[in-house]
Amino acid sequence: MNQEIIVSGVVLDEHFRLTLVEVCQLCDVSAETVIELVNEGVVEIQGGEPQDWRFDAVAFQRLKAALRLERDLGVNPAGAALALDLLEELQMLRR
Amino acid sequence: MDFKDYYQILGVSKTATQDEIKRAYRKLARKYHPDVSKEPDAEAKFKEVAEAYEVLKDPEKRKAYDQFGSQWQQGQSYQPPPGWEQEFGFGGGGYTETGTGGFSEFFEALFGQGRFRTAGGRGGFRMRGEDLHANVYIDLEDAFRGTTQTISLSIPEVDPATGRLVEKSKRLQVKIPQGIQEGQKIRLAGQGAPGMGGGPNGDLYLEVHFKPHRWFKVEGKDLIVELPITPWEAALGAKVAVPTLAGKVELKIPPGSQTGKKLRLKGKGLPGKPPGDQYVVLKIVTPPADTPEAKKLYEEMAKVMPMNPRAAMGG
Repeated sequence: MNQEIIVSGVVLDEHFRLTLVEVCQLCDVSAETVIELVNEGVVEIQGGEPQDWRFDAVAFQRLKAALRLERDLGVNPAGAALALDLLEELQMLRR
Repeated sequence: MDFKDYYQILGVSKTATQDEIKRAYRKLARKYHPDVSKEPDAEAKFKEVAEAYEVLKDPEKRKAYDQFGSQWQQGQSYQPPPGWEQEFGFGGGGYTETGTGGFSEFFEALFGQGRFRTAGGRGGFRMRGEDLHANVYIDLEDAFRGTTQTISLSIPEVDPATGRLVEKSKRLQVKIPQGIQEGQKIRLAGQGAPGMGGGPNGDLYLEVHFKPHRWFKVEGKDLIVELPITPWEAALGAKVAVPTLAGKVELKIPPGSQTGKKLRLKGKGLPGKPPGDQYVVLKIVTPPADTPEAKKLYEEMAKVMPMNPRAAMGG
């Protein structure tokens, strides 16, 4: 049976920010996994120490995509970073 | 339920080694991965490939599949034989590489029965539900004003009675906020696949796209409209009405304007902090010389205002 619910969400726009803890919860991964991806340059974050890190919408979406590429294609963090950079470049060229 | 030929899906022979199966999977997964592929049915193909690999990479599942699937062909109507589960005992998961949300009815019939039965009980595993992704297409006017869109989803859920994964349809009315931009995503917390063993639900990510508009093109928060004007409006200057998403406004065209001149209407783009602008690109439309009077006027213009627009090209 269909159920209809009215929902509103959060737009992943320029005001969107997440802490490391929130990112871990939303991606269902450990802090170590996220820290490794950040250290590999998969995403650019703001803040110095991990507890001060803030992930914007771009960083969060790249991180999720990197996790999917790791899981589905078996690429390592460096490979995921390279793939995402190339995909972004391709997207810009297509515009 | 249709039989799925997992060997055919991966493009390998029935005697393929585990390494050959893995190589075939990796190649197809790279081709159809939704984050990489631009093919329209990439997601469905990726799921099909992942499902085939889920079975063929596991020697136990492959053996069982080979035993019961050897007489069947892709697309044939199929029912697993009685006693199937007891013989092979697929109840415990062991799903490793890919998200299993959205695997086929065929897969569930063979390997899914009972796999989540322990999930809701005491002390079992706890797992967050999968995130889901969907697209929504809206009119530009709706992005300007904000709207509510009804979307229909198919969500994989565990049937508490059988422990089987089933697809449940769900309709959501989603608020699209004013000023949303093309390609932006909205995260709807907890609207993804249900968690297991008390784990939280996944989220739903809704990617917003604009339907093509008859006048406006969109770049971020800015709008671009091509405005046809007459030669005398361009030459002499004029005040003309221009459509914006908020209604018509009057625009002053400076004297001596040419085709391609861009005029900015500040703050008339999509809402935001700050709002976008609307750019009006002028396009001079020449009236046809289809009457003797019109021809005479053009000839007079040529005499009175001789010019060579190709002078810089040496023409």
